[in-house]
Amino acid sequence: MMAGALAGLAALGLAACNGDAGETANGNGASTGNGDGLVRFNPDPYPSTYTPFPSEVVLIQGATVFDGIGGEFENYDVLMQDGRIAGIGEGLEAPDGATIVDGRGRYVTPGVIDIHSHLGVYPSPGVSAHSDGNEITSPVTAEVWAEHGVWPQDPGFDTALAGGVTTLHVLPGSANLFGGRGITLRNVPSRTVQGMKFPDAPYTLKMACGENPKRVYGGQGRAPGSRMGNMAGYREAWQRAVEYRRAWHRYWDAGDADATPPTRNLELDTLMGVLEGEILIQMHCYRADEMALVLDMADEFDYQVTTFHHAVEAYKIGDMLAERDVCAAVWADWGGFKMEAYDSINENLALVHAAGACAMIHSDDQLGIQRLNQEVAKALAAGRRLGIEVSDGEAVAWFTSNPARGLGIFDETGSLEAGKRADVVLWSAHPFSTYAVADHVYIDGALMFDREDPARRTVRDFTLGQPGEGVL
Amino acid sequence: MMKSLISAAALAAIGLGAASAQTIAVTNGRVVTNSDAGIVESGSVLIRDGVIVAAGANVSIPDGVETVDANGGWITPGIFHPHTQLGLIEVALESSTSDASAPGASFTAAIDVADGFNPAGGHIPDSRRRGITRFAVFPSTGSGVIGGRGALANSSGQPDSIFDDRTFLYVDLSQSGASTAGGSRNAAWAYLRAAFEDARFYPGRFMSHHEGDAINRFDAASLVSAVRGEIPIVLQVERASDIRRALRFAQQHPSARFILAGAAESWMVADEIAAAGIPVIMDPLRNLPASFDVLAARLDAPARLHAAGVQTAYTTISADLYFNPRLITQHAGNAVAHGASWEDAFRAITLTPAEIYGVGDRYGALADGYAGDVVIWDGDPLEVMSAPVAVIIDGVSQSMISRQSRLAERYAERVPDGQYGYRH
Repeated sequence: MMAGALAGLAALGLAACNGDAGETANGNGASTGNGDGLVRFNPDPYPSTYTPFPSEVVLIQGATVFDGIGGEFENYDVLMQDGRIAGIGEGLEAPDGATIVDGRGRYVTPGVIDIHSHLGVYPSPGVSAHSDGNEITSPVTAEVWAEHGVWPQDPGFDTALAGGVTTLHVLPGSANLFGGRGITLRNVPSRTVQGMKFPDAPYTLKMACGENPKRVYGGQGRAPGSRMGNMAGYREAWQRAVEYRRAWHRYWDAGDADATPPTRNLELDTLMGVLEGEILIQMHCYRADEMALVLDMADEFDYQVTTFHHAVEAYKIGDMLAERDVCAAVWADWGGFKMEAYDSINENLALVHAAGACAMIHSDDQLGIQRLNQEVAKALAAGRRLGIEVSDGEAVAWFTSNPARGLGIFDETGSLEAGKRADVVLWSAHPFSTYAVADHVYIDGALMFDREDPARRTVRDFTLGQPGEGVL
Repeated sequence: MMKSLISAAALAAIGLGAASAQTIAVTNGRVVTNSDAGIVESGSVLIRDGVIVAAGANVSIPDGVETVDANGGWITPGIFHPHTQLGLIEVALESSTSDASAPGASFTAAIDVADGFNPAGGHIPDSRRRGITRFAVFPSTGSGVIGGRGALANSSGQPDSIFDDRTFLYVDLSQSGASTAGGSRNAAWAYLRAAFEDARFYPGRFMSHHEGDAINRFDAASLVSAVRGEIPIVLQVERASDIRRALRFAQQHPSARFILAGAAESWMVADEIAAAGIPVIMDPLRNLPASFDVLAARLDAPARLHAAGVQTAYTTISADLYFNPRLITQHAGNAVAHGASWEDAFRAITLTPAEIYGVGDRYGALADGYAGDVVIWDGDPLEVMSAPVAVIIDGVSQSMISRQSRLAERYAERVPDGQYGYRH
């Protein structure tokens, strides 16, 4: 089902390094497989067990439809079948047994995607025992994985769903130069994080620029204590990754089953995955000058930055981002909380878009994730006032297809195109209105949220029996 | 050429270009009066010497007065934010730029935010550009549950921005107050009761001792006006049980006046709050059990409070109180999306805050005798895509330029790299 760019990502880890996308045998982290007697690793030891909820054939009729890739169509229908988008168009015929949804006066978009969330790793309630999003013990912790900290019972998933969020990317925090691996989740209730994992989504690596690492570690009298120290820390780690990768390739290429394999290093596994192009860099950077330095560093070690997050000053270097094919994920109006956020402007997203770079909204916040459509509306309105022409349809991409691209899952979701997962939101009004709420939210064609139906409301364990049970 | 442009822009940015108040008319818009006149579909507002002299459908505009044409947009009172730290904080994580709290200070009630308030604070112009004309400035708690006394200011950026100081006393009895008090709510309440007693028996108690049971002589002298009800006490409380405790405390101190802030679970005790006649300042966007203090936070809380007859104003505590008070219109719009009437929600960010602070006869409405604070919007002010096109404070047209707007303009056009530094 996965097409194009994602095909090569079926094997996410080291096994793909010698072009032999080996399925490994026992899933215990290392194994001898492929019959050649060489040691390889299981790239997917905590595999997704996500199964779509049961779906029906659903035809939404007569809505205004944003396809997520620029299009806006009035009086359009959306047909979902077998959990996939069967088509969008005018006057589609209802298959036998289809559930008909009256979309007149309402609006349809692809499911909302948040590329920057800490739901599950900084869940509600935000008590100290729940602080699982930052391994603040060493500046380089590429070996930690956000999915090992996600609490699937975070009530924030439920409220995000009511805000139309069907897919979200959970990142470890920004205390470290290398914070660890992020994980892309389907926004469904599950007892386990594996049950939420977006099947075959690429792994990501969170990195952080600027004030956070230098404050956290400099405050302890350790490196990095400055932006110079940050860069030195990244480069030192990348160099180790280059050598680690070289050692493994030499071992595999030699094909000698009796040779001693290099010592496995979980931190360098992740960095090596980036150098192989299999793990996508999601880098927290505010300042334009720092982003430019990071792009040079990416050239130095031959890897690609997928997306700069919190890119408050992206508007200053939109042209550079466009040239390098790097996305910017930004807020509509957060700023001022630290010096590197001081130059925050509402027009950021629109300016980056106008420069031809891939731009998107992100939340980094359990309340903000519930209203990414409004955040986009604010950014769009500010841009238009500056004279930047962006259609509503293009702006819908800022909370749908562009974050999907930034996560390497655009072939599966992020737009309403035939064959894609049926991740769909039916809005009560134009999604750029403050007054619009999500009436229906579908994930893989299954109706996961219906504002009118309390029985179809996800309620995480924590809120059961609490004063806030089931409320939004 | 370049030079004159620079100075003109710089002057506008710091507001020196503002003319003195004369007669000014705002015409041709949908007028939200917040008075018995309601919403007038097509009307005008006339301001003379900084004060509104007429508002509504049939306002006759004298010849020759400065006229601002609303072009069919919305004409409303200025937004009154009831709960900010504008002018106190420039960059939150740089403590050298913040005068919001002083954990190392030896004073509590005697602290007065007016002493630290900077009318030229960097985030005030952007708040003004977004329609905020008046705001309450809050201290944070420092060395005790009593944070100090707040002030009311306008957003003109002028040296006389503070129009009412020592307006209210801020006290935190929520989870964070418990932590400030040493670790429990019990200790926080004990501290407040003892401080009250110190102030009630001021100065007699301090004839022989410099220290009261909880606070020193200077703090006690400052607390007297709050204990006597001359200024209200804003109590930060979230949990329903804490709110009930606050209502009981209010009953036991009938001379004092109280306002509840935070109040995430206030909807659960809305009838009791209404019966006590105590106002609430709350944030419509909080809806997660973010702590064990706010397990029942919900999006339709504002609607429930309005329905119960609680005098309710909105705040932006879930965003922040120094950079993003400007989001208050979005917060109000979301209250409407979740059941509040538009009129209640709009009042909650204009007239109601003014009433809560005892200045509702002067601010928050477009009616005879009210201050000439008028905003013209290009659409419904509670819609996220709407924005002001003109802001008037005390009858004076305000600059719509901020540091943020100038950054946007500087980078709106691509120029060769080094040339950015010469674009002003």
